[in-house]
Amino acid sequence: MDWSAWWDTYSTLVLSIGVYGMLALSIYLTLSCGLLSLANAAFMGIGAYVSAIITLHYEWPFALALLLGTAAPAAVALLVGIPVLRLSGVYLAMATLGFGEVVRVVLLNLDITGGPLGLNGIPPLTTGWHVLLALAATILLLQALRRSRIGRAFEAIREDETAARLMGIATDRIKLLAFVLGAAIAGLAGGLNAHYTFTLSPGNFGFESAVDILTMAVLGGIQGLTGPLLGGAILTLLPELLRGLQDFRMAANGLILILVVLFLPHGLWDPARFRRWVRK
Amino acid sequence: MFAQQVVNAISLGSVYALFALGFTLVFGILGVINLSHGGIFMLGAYAALLLITRFDIPFWVALPLAMAASGTLGLLIDVLILRLLRKRNAPHLMPMIATIGAAILMTSLAQGLFGSETRRFPLELFDQASLTWGPITIPVVQAGITALSVALMLIMVWVLRHTRIGQALRAISESPRAAALLGIPVERLFHLTSFVAAALGGAAGILIGLSFDAISPFMGQPMLHKGIAAIILGGLGDVRGAVLGGLFLGAAEVFAVTFLSSEYRDALSFGLLFLVLLWRPQGLFGASSTRSA
Repeated sequence: MDWSAWWDTYSTLVLSIGVYGMLALSIYLTLSCGLLSLANAAFMGIGAYVSAIITLHYEWPFALALLLGTAAPAAVALLVGIPVLRLSGVYLAMATLGFGEVVRVVLLNLDITGGPLGLNGIPPLTTGWHVLLALAATILLLQALRRSRIGRAFEAIREDETAARLMGIATDRIKLLAFVLGAAIAGLAGGLNAHYTFTLSPGNFGFESAVDILTMAVLGGIQGLTGPLLGGAILTLLPELLRGLQDFRMAANGLILILVVLFLPHGLWDPARFRRWVRK
Repeated sequence: MFAQQVVNAISLGSVYALFALGFTLVFGILGVINLSHGGIFMLGAYAALLLITRFDIPFWVALPLAMAASGTLGLLIDVLILRLLRKRNAPHLMPMIATIGAAILMTSLAQGLFGSETRRFPLELFDQASLTWGPITIPVVQAGITALSVALMLIMVWVLRHTRIGQALRAISESPRAAALLGIPVERLFHLTSFVAAALGGAAGILIGLSFDAISPFMGQPMLHKGIAAIILGGLGDVRGAVLGGLFLGAAEVFAVTFLSSEYRDALSFGLLFLVLLWRPQGLFGASSTRSA
């Protein structure tokens, strides 16, 4: 098999599996402490625009562009998170959805973001190694976090926030950490994504994308890191497999969301279910 | 000029209020944010369009039929999705995620069945005249739309305030368990609420389709966002609040376009929502202080 020809055809798809895996992990982070935040698509958009503007207009090195593309959404998340994370449940979901919409409209109306036309001709700097490295770093970081006191604090907050606070966990700070770190990961994924798709438009980062990212995590399952990665891969490959359905293609995504919530509430990758199978 | 803008604001706001009313009703009674309400709104408009253009049914007959069709769709979502989640006592994020799925499914089906292009109600069916009263001009169709949404809202509020069903529904919104212990058929009233809320959503879709002279598979999502903004402005689950929130949002949009710029109109509803959530999570008009719903 001719690998270079294969790579030319499928590189975008392979890179996307990695990038969407990172996005699914970014929302896993907030979900794992019980927060439904729909702002991750907006953070991805901020990261993508910041890094693309840097490589496009300033021609600074790619690494610096990615770094700023990671830092900018994290800084925004810090500012937004302090007031917003006082809300919980449905109210937090609504507020983050509102924040995402405001970001989309701002991207649509600024001059530096190219307005409704977006940015074009972004240099193709992202290689497979970049994505692999970023994904590996994300997984290692989250794995270390899961095993630490902070990871256990996430779990405690998800199970019962009041009890967690009574046990002396600084719930506000821990939730802010999850929110900001999730934004940073989403921003990095956005920066990588911009430099292999070559174009950006505000529409890429609206409500639909926020839901796509959520679907990946919910489909895969949020018991661990494997679930979101699996969900990201499946939902990236699915549109390619369902090409024949044309206009009805999105219907599959909707149906998956419904069926997973109804019949697989823990997602596809559910270690507890696997253990039950083994025991039988 | 100002008086004209006030009339425009009431006209737009009353349809927003109608949409928000159904939306908030489901939250108040079932305790669920039904994110497929925008999809139902869109399919309601298509149902009326089909009845009018394919079957030559007059508008006044097509309107209740399309409302019944949207209501049935809402009932189906309740029976097939929400009921199962209730039975399992699923965490409150689950119905939100499932109804997002239902909304995507509806948009995609509409796109596949009716095409992505914008469709129109045949305007020759309607009176093209305008009513003029001093400096104010309002097209007859617009006046009819406003009157119809206000009438539907008044009926709803009256039913909730003054009938036995309304009383039972208010009991459920306090506590479904206590209501069930009192012998109220809670499950059946959940179904009824889903039906009525969706019928109101469908009616709003028809009226917006008429008012903006455009129907498309993608009209549900922006409206859902406005509905969310309206019910949060008014206080979640509060019927009076949803109506006031819808009117407030309509006014804010009309005056934003007049005095600011039209580009930021769509950000306005969410900017407002954002500020209200931070400053008064119980809503501008709400009194309850629970926000852990």
